[in-house]
Amino acid sequence: MGIVDFAFYLFAALAILSGLGVVFARNPVHAVLWLILAFLASAGLFVLQGAEFVAMLLVIVYVGAVAVLFLFVVMMLDVDFATFRAGMARSIPAGILIAAVLLMILALEFGDWRTSESASTRLLATTPDLSTTGNIEALGRLIYTEYVLLFQTAGLILLVAMIGAIVLTHRKRKGVKRQDILSQLYRDPGKAVELRDIRPGRRDPG
Amino acid sequence: MQSFFETGPGIFVIVLAQCLAVVAFVMISLLFLVYGDRKIWAAVQMRRGPNVVGAFGLLQSVADALKYVLKEIVVPAGADRAVFLIAPWVSFVLALSAWAVIPFSEGWVLANLNIGILFIFAVSSLEVYGVIMGGWASNSKYAFLGSLRSAAQMISYEVSIGFIIIGVLISAGSLNLGEIVLTQDGPYGFFSWYWLPHLPMVVLFFVSALAETNRPPFDLPEAESELVAGYQVEYSSTPFLLFMAGEYIAIFLMCALLSILFFGGWLSPIPGLPDGALWMVGKMAFFFFLFSMVKAIVPRYRYDQLMRLGWKVFLPMSIGWVALVGLFAQYSLFGGFFVRWTVGG
Repeated sequence: MGIVDFAFYLFAALAILSGLGVVFARNPVHAVLWLILAFLASAGLFVLQGAEFVAMLLVIVYVGAVAVLFLFVVMMLDVDFATFRAGMARSIPAGILIAAVLLMILALEFGDWRTSESASTRLLATTPDLSTTGNIEALGRLIYTEYVLLFQTAGLILLVAMIGAIVLTHRKRKGVKRQDILSQLYRDPGKAVELRDIRPGRRDPG
Repeated sequence: MQSFFETGPGIFVIVLAQCLAVVAFVMISLLFLVYGDRKIWAAVQMRRGPNVVGAFGLLQSVADALKYVLKEIVVPAGADRAVFLIAPWVSFVLALSAWAVIPFSEGWVLANLNIGILFIFAVSSLEVYGVIMGGWASNSKYAFLGSLRSAAQMISYEVSIGFIIIGVLISAGSLNLGEIVLTQDGPYGFFSWYWLPHLPMVVLFFVSALAETNRPPFDLPEAESELVAGYQVEYSSTPFLLFMAGEYIAIFLMCALLSILFFGGWLSPIPGLPDGALWMVGKMAFFFFLFSMVKAIVPRYRYDQLMRLGWKVFLPMSIGWVALVGLFAQYSLFGGFFVRWTVGG
């Protein structure tokens, strides 16, 4: 068994183990930590497949940003897992159904999965030769040069979705004190402090 | 003998030795960085600083490390024991593993990845987990608040660091750290490096690096006056040592990145002089000096201002700079000042 095979089995076993950890962990925070380990293991599998750019993206985006958000929410909410578990029996049939469908889709890949013979000739742009160009260069050529319109459209749709989400959830409240940094910075210490001479026993003249 | 080092075990031995060399370099410089940090800080405040252990107190860090290791590890009641003890390791090991792709001289690099800078970015985006896990597992309000602050801060500044790096990548045309340095090699020495074309971004990167590594003036996660010591409150002994070592290693890594991305890595500033690893180490030490001077001089930021600075000032500026550099690079404006490779080739 070569080092590559060893690494594959290591990462694969780690991914499955941590997946089980996510499902069976008693503490929700532990579940998220297992999830992070699962992400890292699958990033390792991507590297073994020669897709190092996708692997790094997985780590940066999912582990570095999305899972942090999960962890925040789970830590702050103080979820009671016992009540969750009580309701699990009802949702198990649906879960099994979804799992079966996913498994069937994956199994198709090894069974009767064919692409049309003309498919490879109808591509708008061909993938650069991966033996001479790197992963990132090939992706960059395809996404930012050949398919730039599709890419930008996808970005625009995401932008609209983001603005929509912000508009829907944002509400303006009155009577909230806000920090106005510029006015704070331009405060003049000479005007902010007033010195008064107060003689004892007299009323304040001002 | 020659044939042994070409077999599997032989290559393993070589790689192991190289790893040990890099780890030894980082750990030994860590000892003197902590010492130097304290000495510089003391000098600014007109104190003597550590001066008892060894000549000029040079061995103070060794004594401190020994003290930490020999103390008892206290796990607070109600703490999540496993996560509590894993967290310092996460922060230490991740900080150390990023050094695998740092080139010290031409070819002096453990793993010559073609996505080196992405690897560093990925590892530094993971570093936040040590802090969050430590703060949560301590089962303490102060530690938890500190870890939340720290996580929000590290994530915010990572975004602008990413955009600043992209600006340099457009100029260099490569994600390999060694090649980024080599593209800065030019006839004008010091003035061929990227600090001149990317001057605004050098300042932004320096400030973002301070915030990313929780260094003063952005050390709000461990602001003594509000949170005692943030996520490290409940830590003692070796776990605390690991946290602190991880923090310093991350700072030193930022110094290395600053010298590689903007200041020519191992290249010599004067065209006639030979290039070499000594230049690299010298630049890293110089930037560390700047980091500790900032720590000594600048008062702490307010938290809401820190967030505003990250999201409303640094992020738009760095995105705008990326667009600007893209324009300069595409049309080769300023006589190839911004782009050191042929577009499309």
